[in-house]
Amino acid sequence: MTPLIETKGLTKAFGLMPVLRKLEFAVERGEFVALLGHNGSGKSTLMRMLCGLSKPTAGTIRVGGWELPKEADAVRAQIGVVSHKTLLYDTLTARENLRFFASLYNTTVNDVKINAALTRVGLGKRGDDLVRGFSRGMQQRLSIARALLHEPDVLIFDEPYTGLDQDGSAALDELLKDAHQAGHTILMATHDLDRAAVLATRAVILSRGVIGVDMPLDGVTGAALAEAYRRVTGVAAGG
Amino acid sequence: MKTTPFFKAVLAIVRKDLQAEMRGRELVGAMGVFALLAILIFSFALELDREARNEVISGVLWVTVIFSSILGLNRSLAMERDQGNLDALLLAPIGRGAVYVGKLIGNYIFTLAISAILLPVMSALYGVSLFNPYVLLTLLLGVLGFTTVGTLLATMTVQTRAREALLPIVMMPVALPIILSAVRASTGALSGASVDDWIGWVQILGALDAIFVVMCFFLFPFVVEE
Repeated sequence: MTPLIETKGLTKAFGLMPVLRKLEFAVERGEFVALLGHNGSGKSTLMRMLCGLSKPTAGTIRVGGWELPKEADAVRAQIGVVSHKTLLYDTLTARENLRFFASLYNTTVNDVKINAALTRVGLGKRGDDLVRGFSRGMQQRLSIARALLHEPDVLIFDEPYTGLDQDGSAALDELLKDAHQAGHTILMATHDLDRAAVLATRAVILSRGVIGVDMPLDGVTGAALAEAYRRVTGVAAGG
Repeated sequence: MKTTPFFKAVLAIVRKDLQAEMRGRELVGAMGVFALLAILIFSFALELDREARNEVISGVLWVTVIFSSILGLNRSLAMERDQGNLDALLLAPIGRGAVYVGKLIGNYIFTLAISAILLPVMSALYGVSLFNPYVLLTLLLGVLGFTTVGTLLATMTVQTRAREALLPIVMMPVALPIILSAVRASTGALSGASVDDWIGWVQILGALDAIFVVMCFFLFPFVVEE
């Protein structure tokens, strides 16, 4: 079976500084992959290239059979992105934000669909409130509703837990589990190894622009993952 | 493949900008206050006779429109940068050109709205009617040219720390032919000189607009590319 995401010889350099070196990486449909690595290991660069926001220096990327950057529009249509930034307009209401992004994704939405999307992330009663009045956790949940609105095959999360408190993180855990159970393929960059061990089905640890470890997470504890992380990167998690 | 048609994307971006502005009045509010203060200060500073007023009013109009437009351009693009919204637009299955045209139309509407406020106020303050069809045409063309260049350059400068100061510095040399043509055309229209004497400036302005619109449309994808 062809992987949903596939990179071959993927290289990215900023000037003379290589960030990713000949990366061979594949994600099957339905997988939940945690992308781990210390700051500067190339996680965000890889994410940006998979979304078509950045072009590779060399190598190929295919998402859902479409090639980047040649068929970037087709790739973007099947990707939903949640980042540590909310990617929302705080002078618009939650409902207006969803309606705007639905039209950008050429998705027909009516009030019923928007209400369902808001209810799914626990914001059913806050649809007509301005996003600037939302807490960080509520904004992140709305961000997930935005990312899911066009029913993408792939969900990309780049450090989604940044700035969330315990309750916000727990709510996000539930939404991620739901999205995975609903059949979305998920790729999540995070520094939180315990959370990765609980949520993801596979971990990929990047170090110095190459994949140091690619391991299934069936029955793997946070401590075991932290040990693998330390072995590959030479530093403790979060370093 | 569910890529979004060009005009649907443009319309969505324009509608979003108008909706956000109707709610917050962050752009037109700041631009309007700046513009009104500027023409008031000019009117106090230039206590001139009627003839002298005719000569300077076109310059006052353009200085005010241009600097309030720069203020608006900075804020409009800063709004896209604040929560990573420019990335959100670039992540959608729409052409980069649609993002540019959408932002351009929004900025054009906001600057024209300020111009619409300025015309009657300036006419009253300076005792010279600016409701001349040629002045209006020059304003439509001049503002289009200026916001065309400004939208492209503001997208670049908004990603820097000194964006407020940087935009006018990088913009003025590029927009100089547009400003020159607009000022000459509107001065001619208000001076009572024969149309043949200054209509060439309007034609040059129209041609510059066409060139800049096409050029900026094709350059925008390079500006937003990492």
